[in-house]
Amino acid sequence: MDALSSLLDGFAVALTVQNIGLALLGCFLGTIIGALPGLGPSNGVAILIPLAFTLGLPATPALILLTSVYYGAMYGGRISSILLNIPGDEPALMTTLDGYPMAKKGQAGEALALSGIASFVGAFFATIGLVFLAPQLVKVALLFGPAEYFALFTLAFATLGGVASRNQAKAAIAAALGLGIAMIGVDHQTGVPRFTFGEVHLYDGIDFLVAIVGLFALSEVFLFLEHKGQGKAGAADMKIGRVTAPWSMIKGSIGTMLRGTGLGFVAGVLPGAGASLGSFIAYTFEKRLSDKDKTFGKGDPRGVAAPEAGNNAAAGGALIPMLALGVPGSGTTAVLLAMLLTLNITPGPLLFQSNPDVVWGLIAALFIANVMLLLLNIPMVSLFVRVLLVPPRYLMPTVAMISFVGIYGISGSTFDLMVMVGFGVLGYVLRKLDVPLVPVILGVLLGNEMEKNLRRALTISDGDWSILLGSPLAIGLWVFAIVGFLAPLIIGRYFRPKIADEAKGEGADPD
Amino acid sequence: MSDRVLGVVCILLAALFIWQATQIETGFIVDPLGPGAFPIIIGVVLALGGLYAIVRPDAAPDWPPPGRLLEIAFAVAVMLAYALFLPEFGFVLSTAVAASLLGWRLGSRPLAAALAGIVIAVGIYVIFHLVLGLSLARGPWGF
Repeated sequence: MDALSSLLDGFAVALTVQNIGLALLGCFLGTIIGALPGLGPSNGVAILIPLAFTLGLPATPALILLTSVYYGAMYGGRISSILLNIPGDEPALMTTLDGYPMAKKGQAGEALALSGIASFVGAFFATIGLVFLAPQLVKVALLFGPAEYFALFTLAFATLGGVASRNQAKAAIAAALGLGIAMIGVDHQTGVPRFTFGEVHLYDGIDFLVAIVGLFALSEVFLFLEHKGQGKAGAADMKIGRVTAPWSMIKGSIGTMLRGTGLGFVAGVLPGAGASLGSFIAYTFEKRLSDKDKTFGKGDPRGVAAPEAGNNAAAGGALIPMLALGVPGSGTTAVLLAMLLTLNITPGPLLFQSNPDVVWGLIAALFIANVMLLLLNIPMVSLFVRVLLVPPRYLMPTVAMISFVGIYGISGSTFDLMVMVGFGVLGYVLRKLDVPLVPVILGVLLGNEMEKNLRRALTISDGDWSILLGSPLAIGLWVFAIVGFLAPLIIGRYFRPKIADEAKGEGADPD
Repeated sequence: MSDRVLGVVCILLAALFIWQATQIETGFIVDPLGPGAFPIIIGVVLALGGLYAIVRPDAAPDWPPPGRLLEIAFAVAVMLAYALFLPEFGFVLSTAVAASLLGWRLGSRPLAAALAGIVIAVGIYVIFHLVLGLSLARGPWGF
């Protein structure tokens, strides 16, 4: 019961006025970010990181703010899914299937209330899972040497490419691009500059925040420019009524929520999957299991509860590998990792030993944030509905300008802003070409760490490459990596959301 | 076709990357692997990925018509100019102009766009600088 006493300490950390205030702010901003189409969790968190950093927040409060945003976005995505039939972010895609039909039947209030409760259930149990599973994973991770870490990083890229993208080659291209970008700058071990082409600004390497904000946020602006005038002006019929769900409806969905939570949690813990896959699996499974009267897709409340429980549970699950191993499993957790690295905190097993206040304070804050989100998202949901009416022609310039403010605040350098615009263009082209952005980010973030571990391993073995397969643990990780990369080819694309394919055409904001 | 271009670009990039990696000058302290080996592995992965994209390309994406590409190029130009002029003209003026131009191209009427630009610039200035104390670019007149 170590975990429980640590958690109690965590509550002591989290229950300060400042931290509760930040959690509330994060929940509020997160719900808005999730609800606005075109602004999803990874995007929103990416824009806010430089701000949290330049405001000089210490690690724990900064992390509380941003993970609250992350949890909040998972709640917020459902609002526009249900009311407008436009997913507010990618994980909320499956919620449109039954949420919008429910709204058309005049049950918008019920759908919003039920999905809010499902979100709460998913996030709550996933956070409990985080409390118990993360310390176990840490125990395993303490056995890792450099060779195992190198294999683990490879595993993260491999499963990301295998499960989460449509074309393994493009995922490999994306990973290589990201890793290549990370190589720019002075080599940490020998002190020689690499790939700098004599440009002094590049000696420090490219700040990953610059890359992330450019790739995610600015590319979104360009996509909007391309598609302006084609989007449907939604908000046609937004009568919500009372936001409550009858007890019978909730009772009928309890099993659904719990199943969705379990599946979503597993999907979240697996590297490379994330919340979109969580909500997809939860919905399809529930449909197979319970759709006896063919009501799914026509406004069945269980079709709203399952994906919402699934994506919120996945969001909590995805934090586990990020915190315990330092290897994020999804886009947004990659962005959160970027923030930790910016604050000079290296996640991984040592984090639990050297900074338990950060970890447990964060986890306690997640419980608090989850309660706040339930309160914000059921009684006050109409407030967020109004935000949906802000047209993109005002929203997008604001997003772009806030991105610039954040990056300029960190470095005060015009050069970084130029590089960021460059990344925006790169992000736009990659999204058009269907090259996933998450491996690029992961590469930029993990590149140096991955190389360091490879070189350490080979220093230990004095240049003998067989050390990479030197332990059963390492071999297991390699096997996993290969299976994760190739299995989707062999067993077909069973796990891949079909409907997501269409909507994702341009690489909707990853979770 | 787009994928083939992507593949060729990847292979060229990989070649450049590997060539650069072999050119890294090492000093006295060298570990068994050295600073060039991992970049070479990355280059090989990039080249293989590019090769696959050439051999088995996906269907081409819907590229926007030239007019829209011009719009995007214009937005890029606005952003680059913004980055350049930020230290010269200060935060509020640069941001108001840049946000107005972007808003105008995103479909606002010119007057509404200009107003929105001013509101965005002043709003960010008030919230982030005056309330939160973030340092923004100072122009000749201090804001």
